[in-house]
Amino acid sequence: MIMATAKGKIFPLTGNYAIAEAMRQINPDVVAAYPITPQTSIVETFSKFANDGKVDTEMVRVESEHSAMSACVGAAMAGARTMTATCSAGLALMYEIVGVASGLRCPIVMPVANRAISAPINIHCDHSDSIGARDLGWIQIYNETAQEAYENVFLAVRLAEHKDIQLPVMVCEDGFITSHCVQNVKIYDDETMKKFVGENKPEHALLDLKNPITVGAIELQDYFFETKRQQQDAMEKVPGVFLKVGNELSMLTGNDYGFYEEYKMNDAEAVIVTMSSAAGTTRAVVDRMRADGKKVGLLRIRLFRPFPYKEVAKALSRAKNVAVLDRSMSFGANAPLYGEIMNALYPMEKKPGLQSYTFGLGGRDLLESHVEHVYKEMLAGKVSDGKKYLGLREETV
Amino acid sequence: MTKKAVFEIRIHGRGGQGAKSASQLIVEAALDQGKQIQAFPEYGPERTGAPMKTYARISDKPITTYEPVLEPDIVLVIDPTLVGQVDVTQGLGKDGILVVNTVESTDELKKKTGFTGKIYTVDATGISIDLLGKNLPNTPIIGALIKVTGVIDIKYVEKRVEGMFLKKIGVEKTQANIDAIKRAHDEVK
Repeated sequence: MIMATAKGKIFPLTGNYAIAEAMRQINPDVVAAYPITPQTSIVETFSKFANDGKVDTEMVRVESEHSAMSACVGAAMAGARTMTATCSAGLALMYEIVGVASGLRCPIVMPVANRAISAPINIHCDHSDSIGARDLGWIQIYNETAQEAYENVFLAVRLAEHKDIQLPVMVCEDGFITSHCVQNVKIYDDETMKKFVGENKPEHALLDLKNPITVGAIELQDYFFETKRQQQDAMEKVPGVFLKVGNELSMLTGNDYGFYEEYKMNDAEAVIVTMSSAAGTTRAVVDRMRADGKKVGLLRIRLFRPFPYKEVAKALSRAKNVAVLDRSMSFGANAPLYGEIMNALYPMEKKPGLQSYTFGLGGRDLLESHVEHVYKEMLAGKVSDGKKYLGLREETV
Repeated sequence: MTKKAVFEIRIHGRGGQGAKSASQLIVEAALDQGKQIQAFPEYGPERTGAPMKTYARISDKPITTYEPVLEPDIVLVIDPTLVGQVDVTQGLGKDGILVVNTVESTDELKKKTGFTGKIYTVDATGISIDLLGKNLPNTPIIGALIKVTGVIDIKYVEKRVEGMFLKKIGVEKTQANIDAIKRAHDEVK
């Protein structure tokens, strides 16, 4: 455990409020957002901060999420530190410009309160929104608690703006679960956090009139491919910068910012791999089953894009059986996180057993009894290449 | 590890009656006492008047689970018309406590719910109309919670009520809210 040097105070806050607090401390130059449903209270709270003069951010209230992301792209290209927030249908509507933001290498930071994509109409939690956007070139960080979401907003700003990266970042929390649950959240002092994020010093900016550049030019068969390859190069540099910036943040908070978190993994025979709030519920079950002498562990993926294949494979190398719990589906294909874990395990000579479980779509509760059931199946070696579901009406679990 | 290292509360109300604010106020006071806390509503379609539940957890150790509260230590019912309409004693064990905002007797509630554990009643609606001039039973019922469980200290609740209301409604009405909590604390039976 590293000694934390940042002063802080503990408040009872929701995930959304904690993220808005991070944005207040960062004081971005521009926040462009669509102000009504499906917007989150992140933007509502931040708008109050802006109105009360607690930040000097230029708030741009736009008529749709498509426009929100368009305004963000413009602001980021001008050289402004730029943020927005969205979820669900909002992310779906901004889709075209989400790809533009990464293609133009805009260091935009966007908190996402993960929620289902209609139809049927649903406003509750699953990961269909951001997982659906996983191939659009954004860095994606998934958070378990309000505390972690708050802290990772700062990390995301430094990561996005790093000169070797210049890519947008989604900071994801579970909608209506982490986003609306009041928890103990330590807010660090403004000065420390402002110093940590520092000033945005873009190497190229439209408003740098002495060094004119072209942004958004057409590239057909001649150069498009090379530009996309450069995006891949930037993504491959993310892990190193992520750990470096994470270490700096650790010095302030005492918390860990690895690609993933290992919980009681040392001698674990049965392992659950999952993301976000489901890991909290899983952790409670691990504690209870460990007290009964069961060798169970948890691997919580924090960095989903870029995906840390080699490190994950190493972390799972001692496990006998691994269950992957996905909160979204890829219809007609392997569940998204399960697929990544399978990719990670392929090069290994001795592979653990692997089983896919899907849970929690549209806000369906994940119960501790579901998690316990999964561990019991893994301890009994019940793995298959079929899909299993937790908490589904037609299933017994 | 017993599950009951965490004190768990479930509140039944109707949309718009302040069940969410009540659970928040409870955990805010607990946090000020140095506790680990969690409060969250069970969001449905979010309609005014529709039955809804909120949850609160209080513990000395970090709370990691996001499971809804399935086996509460105490259930608070803000709206008496919910008794018999929704299963307010679901998951409430023999050692559990049921507190209802009602003028009915505990015997009547025992008949209606079939619950064999401890039942307390408090006329939070009457107290609120009397002291606040409005039907706002969500704050006073916290007084009953404090009296029957001692899980939080009334001093910390008073401080939070001041923080929440002083700017919005002024000294007099804030004091009325605090008085309502104290009266519910004294009158719960």
